[in-house]
Amino acid sequence: MSDLSNRIQETIETEPVVAFIKGTHEQCMCGNSERALQSLRSVGASFTAVDVLPDPAIRQELSALSSWPTIPQVFVGGELIGGADIVQELAVTGQLEAKLNEKLGDSWRNGGEERTVAVTDRQDPFRLAR
Amino acid sequence: MSERLQTLLQGAFPDARDVEVVDRTGGGDHFHVTVVSPRFAGLSLVDQHRLVYDALAEPLADGTIHELRITTRGDA
Repeated sequence: MSDLSNRIQETIETEPVVAFIKGTHEQCMCGNSERALQSLRSVGASFTAVDVLPDPAIRQELSALSSWPTIPQVFVGGELIGGADIVQELAVTGQLEAKLNEKLGDSWRNGGEERTVAVTDRQDPFRLAR
Repeated sequence: MSERLQTLLQGAFPDARDVEVVDRTGGGDHFHVTVVSPRFAGLSLVDQHRLVYDALAEPLADGTIHELRITTRGDA
């Protein structure tokens, strides 16, 4: 496996809730990624986001690992729980909280903290300088 | 383009009770597909959606589908 693939795998395994999205938790660049984040926010879950835009290889390696072709992808306790449609459905039906409880106990309710981490040193070429 | 997706889904889910393809924007690349099939019974939503992705692997890979929303249901 490549270094990038290893870093993605490590992120999936070590972050309790991780969402691979287009953009960051502060500046989401895609409606579907935003829907996934809003679903997590609706139940008060803390999460870590990974921006796939800096390097197309992130998306390729992620999809190879997860057998899931599209972005976003949300993992809880190392398990893929779905893309935007599924996570939204789980949130509406109460199953998202049940899944978080099952996988993580109470720890996912730690204040709804959000952050974005990088799995590559490359910068998003489309991000405007601020 | 909706017809191509419809044909692929009906081929992959010959026993489906319902296959619906909606072109969300009219541009032929943002779709919402709904599949109701007994094949989904007992499968997680992730595995249900994987079956739909498998059926649409070609238009997903060649860039025809820019965005895809999926709704799946087992037999009621």
